[in-house]
Amino acid sequence: MSTGPLLAVRDLAVVIGGRHILHGVDLDVAPSGVTALLGRNGAGKTTTVRGVLGLVPRTGSVRFLGEETVRLPTHALVRRGIGYAPEDRGVFAALTVAENLRLAERPGAGEPAYGLVHELFPELKARAKQLAGTLSGGQQQMVAIGRTLLNGNRLIIADEPTKGLAPKVVTEVAQVLERAAQAAPVLLVEQNLAMVRRLAEHCVVLADGRTAHRGPAAGLLADPEATRRLLGVGRRGTARPEEHLMAPHDNQAARPAGPAADNGKAGA
Amino acid sequence: MSTVVLLAVTGLGLGALYFLVASGLSLIFGLMDVLNFAHGALLSVGAYATWWAADGHLPGAGSGGPGFVLAVCFGTAVGTVAAMVLELALIRPLYDRPREQVLATVGVGLAVPALLSAIWGPDARPFPGPAALSGTFGLLGAHIPVNRLVLIGAAAAVLVALRLFLGGTRHGLVVRAGVEDRAMVTALGIDVRRAFTLVFAIGGAAAALGGALGGLYYGSVDPGQGTSLLIFAFVVVVMGGMGSVAGAALAAVGVGLVQQFANYYTASGLGDLAVVVLLAALLLLKPRGITGRLA
Repeated sequence: MSTGPLLAVRDLAVVIGGRHILHGVDLDVAPSGVTALLGRNGAGKTTTVRGVLGLVPRTGSVRFLGEETVRLPTHALVRRGIGYAPEDRGVFAALTVAENLRLAERPGAGEPAYGLVHELFPELKARAKQLAGTLSGGQQQMVAIGRTLLNGNRLIIADEPTKGLAPKVVTEVAQVLERAAQAAPVLLVEQNLAMVRRLAEHCVVLADGRTAHRGPAAGLLADPEATRRLLGVGRRGTARPEEHLMAPHDNQAARPAGPAADNGKAGA
Repeated sequence: MSTVVLLAVTGLGLGALYFLVASGLSLIFGLMDVLNFAHGALLSVGAYATWWAADGHLPGAGSGGPGFVLAVCFGTAVGTVAAMVLELALIRPLYDRPREQVLATVGVGLAVPALLSAIWGPDARPFPGPAALSGTFGLLGAHIPVNRLVLIGAAAAVLVALRLFLGGTRHGLVVRAGVEDRAMVTALGIDVRRAFTLVFAIGGAAAALGGALGGLYYGSVDPGQGTSLLIFAFVVVVMGGMGSVAGAALAAVGVGLVQQFANYYTASGLGDLAVVVLLAALLLLKPRGITGRLA
């Protein structure tokens, strides 16, 4: 494999219904570790992911494993080795857990790694016959992430995997993503800065549909001025509530006084 | 009593015919969001192809015994191919343009009966069938035409086959998932367009089979048969819940029975009205149809 980026996105633009959602996003996913995609609400993070995958009409360049893929249909790009856990989890409610996982199998592309998935999520094995629509949010997220780990993918894209989850489940998801990142690089869209601090080595920050910052995650998180400017978070009381990067339902959101206060992971 | 039994079996036969059309219609709409107004035309294609073959134009086919089975198979195959051609040539290029797509299917729905009428004339043609199927048998004092049972049996077989396909095969799994969230299916690396063609083929086969056996039921084929059945099939699809085969089966039975009984016990023609009233009442009580899927 080349030492260049695994996924290189240049000048990605998305227009939906005559509205420019993305103007020119540049993004590299390093060949190892976690790359975080950050930005305020509405900055275009999810649209960027959907644009990369071709789930929305887009222009620009998307090179995956050195190959230009912007003209490929979604399924053909995904089959080149991408696991995708979307923002809404994309779980099929009327199918069982086992059927949800079976859908992610790729016939002719090697044995599906059920061993790994069931080791990480024993609950998915126990609940194999349960309809996915009756699972809790955390369990559905396990299905979504489990599907990305089934195929020995070269890249895993997880869009806000901790959104709406209880703090305990957030920790579990973080552990799983940490483990997953050892097998394949992860592009992580995340609002929870504690997650980013724990997992991410690189980061890309979007603002108003453009790339506003690229660099090491630790560097950004250690710079309160930059995080305030780019992400709209800062020391308690300085950020307006609607600009607060953490999801309001997340209890951890209130905990760190400011990004600079935590340098445990950032310094590593 | 014998009248009730006759009406019930005839209603079930009619329901079977509706189900054969509605099952494909429902799957196509559920998976692809395509309202296929050409589905009645597929039934007509199946009916005419079967009639043409059974009338002695296809070697080996005929109006009796194995020859008739061959004719029905031929008609079903022609309908299947027609449905696949329709999907590949007309529906697929218009996926991003739903309005044009609907217009295109309406156009085919009008053009096919016109074409059939131009070739074989606008009048009904007597449908040749095996003598064994044109008789009646006694049930609780009623004389039941055998062809009703053939329709009911065929519809039941199609229902079982569809449930086995949807529940037990990977293609079926893809179709069920696609009914829920098409984009996510592609995001898992599956070419959902293949499922589209497959569902059209299945729907076309069922409708064409309905056309072939509908010929037995009506005793004749005419160019407008498919179109008039299509309206009730749409009612069935909406009542059953879009994309649900089991819902379509339940609704088809209900519509067939209500129509038959109302037509007999009130004024002829009120049965058709009763079906629409039933639809309105159901949608007021359960806007998502029997199975709870959004119409």
